[in-house]
Amino acid sequence: MLKVNNLHAGVEGNEILNGINLEVKAGEVHAIMGPNGSGKSTLASVIAGKEEFEITEGNIEFNGEDLEEASPEERAHKGIFLSFQYPVEIPGVSVTNFMKTAINESRKARGLDDMPANQMLKLIREKSELLEIDRKFLSRSLNEGFSGGEKKRNEIFQMAMLEPKLAILDETDSGLDIDALRIVANGVNKLKNKDNAIIVITHYQRLLEYIVPDFVHVLHDGKIVKSGTKALALELEDKGYDWLKNESVV
Amino acid sequence: MENKIMDLKDKMVSSFLAFENNVDVDHPIHDIRTEAIKNFELKGFPNKKQEAWKYTSLNSLQKIDFSIFPKESNALEYKDVKRYFLHEIDTYKIVFIDGVYSSFLSETTHDGVDICLMSAALSKPMYKQIIDVYFNKVASKDESLTTLNTAFSKEGAYIYIPKNKMPKKPIEILHFATGNEAAMLLQPRNLIIAEENAELQVIERHQSLTSNDVLTNSVTEIFAAKNAIVDYYKVQNDVENASLIDNTYISQKSNSVVKVHTFSFGGNLTRNNLNYYQNGEYIDSTMKGVTILGEKQHVDHHTLVHHREPNCESHQDYKGIYGEKSTGVFNGKIIVDKIAQKTNAFQQNNNILISDNATINTKPQLEIFADDVKCSHGCTIGQLDEEALFYLQTRGIPKKEAAALLMYAFANNVLESVRIPELKMRINKLIANKLGVQLGFDL
Repeated sequence: MLKVNNLHAGVEGNEILNGINLEVKAGEVHAIMGPNGSGKSTLASVIAGKEEFEITEGNIEFNGEDLEEASPEERAHKGIFLSFQYPVEIPGVSVTNFMKTAINESRKARGLDDMPANQMLKLIREKSELLEIDRKFLSRSLNEGFSGGEKKRNEIFQMAMLEPKLAILDETDSGLDIDALRIVANGVNKLKNKDNAIIVITHYQRLLEYIVPDFVHVLHDGKIVKSGTKALALELEDKGYDWLKNESVV
Repeated sequence: MENKIMDLKDKMVSSFLAFENNVDVDHPIHDIRTEAIKNFELKGFPNKKQEAWKYTSLNSLQKIDFSIFPKESNALEYKDVKRYFLHEIDTYKIVFIDGVYSSFLSETTHDGVDICLMSAALSKPMYKQIIDVYFNKVASKDESLTTLNTAFSKEGAYIYIPKNKMPKKPIEILHFATGNEAAMLLQPRNLIIAEENAELQVIERHQSLTSNDVLTNSVTEIFAAKNAIVDYYKVQNDVENASLIDNTYISQKSNSVVKVHTFSFGGNLTRNNLNYYQNGEYIDSTMKGVTILGEKQHVDHHTLVHHREPNCESHQDYKGIYGEKSTGVFNGKIIVDKIAQKTNAFQQNNNILISDNATINTKPQLEIFADDVKCSHGCTIGQLDEEALFYLQTRGIPKKEAAALLMYAFANNVLESVRIPELKMRINKLIANKLGVQLGFDL
């Protein structure tokens, strides 16, 4: 589904990603771990199409298609979703209205008419139950005054509504207490199926107890320095990241 | 062959004689007019050398050969202008066509409140006592455009809400310009009085129906007695050759609340002179504005709040979005007299420039003579937040729509205090139109 080939990218001449290779197939869950500043969030943003970053070498393929020319919204229409570490507040636009806009813009891009109102309401009801979201919450302004947990839950709610093929969850566990973490992880697990894929970006192993990855990659200095199974995440929890840094020097 | 157009100032002064043929020159009001024209003759139109007019030039407007009195009475069909009314709800309507009252389009009342015409109030004996007390009492006697309006004051809206009364529905004041004259100068004069504990809502709009030049120099006086509540909404969405100078003067007594919302989306040149004078304690003066401009449009907001008594508040919140070659001005003056202790005065002006060729000049002007006061002011000029744009794009919302959504969100808190839901909906639609987007829902 996703193929990242020797990806070099940066901002204003500063290279942040130094040749990333990553392949994600349908049905898989990948975790990308690494210390602060290793390039985890940059990788997520580059895959989602953030224009600020310049790709200097390599490329990203999504279902066989080179994404180079695709805008962030076009990538979204193709089925890429990014859950933000810091979701943006949009006062005056309710969660419901925002979702209507997002869904209908995607449909428009695929040549479909707007989703009928009753179908939209049904979908919203279904997905909000999945994430244990209160109905009142949906009429509030998007992310405005939301707690950290509410913001993250709302991100996964959006993911549930948009049904992406590839979901990248950037530090979804940060700022969550254990109950919120469980609700968010349960939501993600229910959305997971054999046709979609998930990349979980996290600093800590904690989230991976709930969303169990098939593969774990460790990012350091803009490179994947080690890949393995879930056991690697536990090893990192034990030893920290330092032993890997040393290893990469060798 | 030279066909020289008379200077607009000279034209105004000489037209005063013709104007006098059509009004009762023996009425005491006429002394006020005569005094005003003398004053205008002395001062003339303001120019850019004056600090208050540094960024707004009236030069090109003064070169236009305006008709000052409409040559014939013009009629309009309701169906042709319906969309300019807040037709979703029932309202009182005071409607003028080329400055002349249209009884056909209006809906006035004398049922417990007076919602009617300035011409009637100025001429009928039953209103004399009130006119003596209020007319031209808060409007400036030396600001030249105000005096020009005073000199020619004859027609406009007259609203009197007695003690403890509230009209059954909002009041719309609409001025249409038909374009039957090549260029038209209009000078409406409004007087609005809310007695003790009275409450009212007013929506004012000026609309030109053709692309012929129109200049409106309007003066509105508002008096809010003890505990009175006045909500005033100015919808400025006129066509490209229509210019507006809006002079509004507000006098408030203790515990009154006067809120003015100004929505500026259209027109050629718009100047809003909004002046509040606090004459009591525990007063709330609130002014809010959303300005969205494009092309070569120009809007200048000049506000003044004069805190003259202790324990009062003023709130100013103006948001501006400037595109293409548009220009904006915000000048907010707050005066706190020595006696006005415990004043709370807040002023905020936030702007987004969405074009490299757009300009905004923003300036707070604080003159504080009391020592126990809370005054805060802030102005920002910025661009759209790239991270926020990216966030919306990753949800599949195209950049243009995403930008519109963010601009809407930026202006949103100004709309929250609009207390007529249908008006709020209308403003939302005007904003969406102005931003050139159609979203999956009504903003």
